Amino acid sequence: MRVAGILLVEDDPSVRTALELALTRQGHSVTSYATGEEALDHIRARRPEIAILDVMLPGIDGIEVCRRVRKLDQLPVILLTARGDDLDIVVGLEAGADDYVVKPVEPRVLDARIRAILRRAESAASDRITFGDLVIDRGALKVTLAGKEIHLTPTELRLLLELVRHPGQVLNRRYLLRAVWDHTHIADSRLVDACVQRIRAKIEPKPAEPVFIHTVRGFGYRFSPP
Amino acid sequence: MIPLPTGLRARLVITFTLVAVTASMLVATIGFELAKTALVTRTERTSMDLVVRELGGVDFPVGRPRPGEAAPTSRELNRLAQTMSAPGRSVVVEYGDLVSVTGPMNLRDVPNELYGRAKQSVVTQRRVIRGELWLIVGTEVYRATNGVPEATGLRAFVFFPMRADVGQLDTLRARLFQGGIAIVLIALVVALFSARQVLLPVRRLSAAAQALGEGRLDTRLPVHGHDELAGLTARFNDAAAALELSVSELRSLEAMSRRFVADVSHELRTPLTAMTAVTDVLSEEADRLPEAPAEAVRLVLREIERLRELVEHLIEISRFDAGTATLNLEPVNVADAIDDCLGTRGWNEQVKVNASQGLTANLDPRRFDVIVANLVGNALKHGGPPVVVSARSTENGLEIRVRDHGKGIPREALPHVFDRFFKAGAGRARSQGSGLGLAIARANVHLHGGTISVRAQEPGTLFTVWLPHT
Repeated sequence: MRVAGILLVEDDPSVRTALELALTRQGHSVTSYATGEEALDHIRARRPEIAILDVMLPGIDGIEVCRRVRKLDQLPVILLTARGDDLDIVVGLEAGADDYVVKPVEPRVLDARIRAILRRAESAASDRITFGDLVIDRGALKVTLAGKEIHLTPTELRLLLELVRHPGQVLNRRYLLRAVWDHTHIADSRLVDACVQRIRAKIEPKPAEPVFIHTVRGFGYRFSPP
Repeated sequence: MIPLPTGLRARLVITFTLVAVTASMLVATIGFELAKTALVTRTERTSMDLVVRELGGVDFPVGRPRPGEAAPTSRELNRLAQTMSAPGRSVVVEYGDLVSVTGPMNLRDVPNELYGRAKQSVVTQRRVIRGELWLIVGTEVYRATNGVPEATGLRAFVFFPMRADVGQLDTLRARLFQGGIAIVLIALVVALFSARQVLLPVRRLSAAAQALGEGRLDTRLPVHGHDELAGLTARFNDAAAALELSVSELRSLEAMSRRFVADVSHELRTPLTAMTAVTDVLSEEADRLPEAPAEAVRLVLREIERLRELVEHLIEISRFDAGTATLNLEPVNVADAIDDCLGTRGWNEQVKVNASQGLTANLDPRRFDVIVANLVGNALKHGGPPVVVSARSTENGLEIRVRDHGKGIPREALPHVFDRFFKAGAGRARSQGSGLGLAIARANVHLHGGTISVRAQEPGTLFTVWLPHT
């Protein structure tokens, strides 16, 4: 069983204790904080592998914490939403969250999500592919644009590699959810949409007029370089 | 709008017209009769005067002959007839065997009754002879003998033509008729106008009442004047204001109670999250506990699960009640979506699916999942195997059918299965389900603009969902 260093931010002490208990039992090592400010102060020192953030926090909320974490590094983030309200989810995904779960969450489900996100992108035997300025090194799991390294979160990298593996082919959201997020659940296709948006923002010269990842309305996405 | 005969306008117009027709007929008839009497009386008087004057001037001897008198000759009679005659007139003079006639009439045209009466005095009679009206004046000449009048046997009958009088009366009748028509027309116009005066406020009131019925509770009407309609309008405004007030009070009470349910559900979520997080720990520990505490732990776990479902459903329902439920449509592969729905809940083995792979529809996938999950969950809990889910495309939408082969729902309970907290049959275990599943399924179907229905089968129950193409 893989042990992950988890940063948990949750203001309610009972929920915090219970989640800590459950995740520790699944074999993870958990550090928890009651506020976003505290968590941000310790994030550098702790170097967790994943952050689980409650959205409703006193002070700065989980979405803002997520936004600030994204600025620092590629730490994967799962949001813990109390409402499952569409607005929260959309805003959270736009802020860079990799996934979200709705309270009350079953420990097994949360564990599955954590493991799916921490699953390393598989290194391919063949190494690097070049699409103009964009170079994807599938051996080293590195992406460079015009010689500059692009920092992708593990989820973003996995999604990009999945698309690149089937060039010119339309992949539907359901397929991508299973391949990248391990969701067998009727999951939210907005996860895919938000992640594609983030990748485009990083690799497309003009994200509004994408040249690498094309949207096929009603079906999904296609990677077809110019 | 074509006014029906029962309409207020038609009734007003008909009444006005009837009154006008009756009144003008009455006036015309009276006027005509008066004019006719006056005319006839005048004609009779002048005719009688003429006859009396002419006969008064008879200068030849008639009656019992006096000494030295010779019986009148027919020449003298003719002369007398000539003096009374005029163009168009006809005169018959009789004296014994002698008869003198001018004009087209003769003695046979004199009515017997008039002939008889003429012995006593000057008499008149109007009579139609050969298609024309005549005034016949008849009399016998009397001669004074020693101061005593004595009948002479000389009788004269003068036929005065009444053509001119009839013509005048015809003209009068025509004028009166025209006047009557004009009065009726004026009455009609006045009727229409006053009907409009009455109907306009009535129509306005009717439109306002309709608006009120359609939920526009702020509908009010301006009050003009002090008549009964103004009073009615004022009452209407009062009623609308009272209604608006009580409806807004009810609404705010309802909104408050809904918000309360939503708030309570949200508050319950936090302790539930904590409890849910440790269910795995508890359930593993339960295996190591003695029988009684293990049973207690399992009961707590079951109830946590039930509470979780109830809270989820309450939150979902309160979102519909608050009107914040939104529809996120996207093209969905129906077979895949059903597959995912069943797979997530571990129902693949228990449920048979009939859906063609190529079937796609524009749906909110999360809501579709909720619909199918609630219907299938209901079938599995309350119905009996096999449970069959079938999906097919119809002309204008998507049809999903969920069929179970259980004992079925009592017929009288069928119309209520979509009601909140309705449990079909008292025998059904209270612990099964939140009682909101089918209500949520229906709300989700309605959000798509679709329909949901239930029908008893032999055996089992069939739920049919139809979602329109969008």
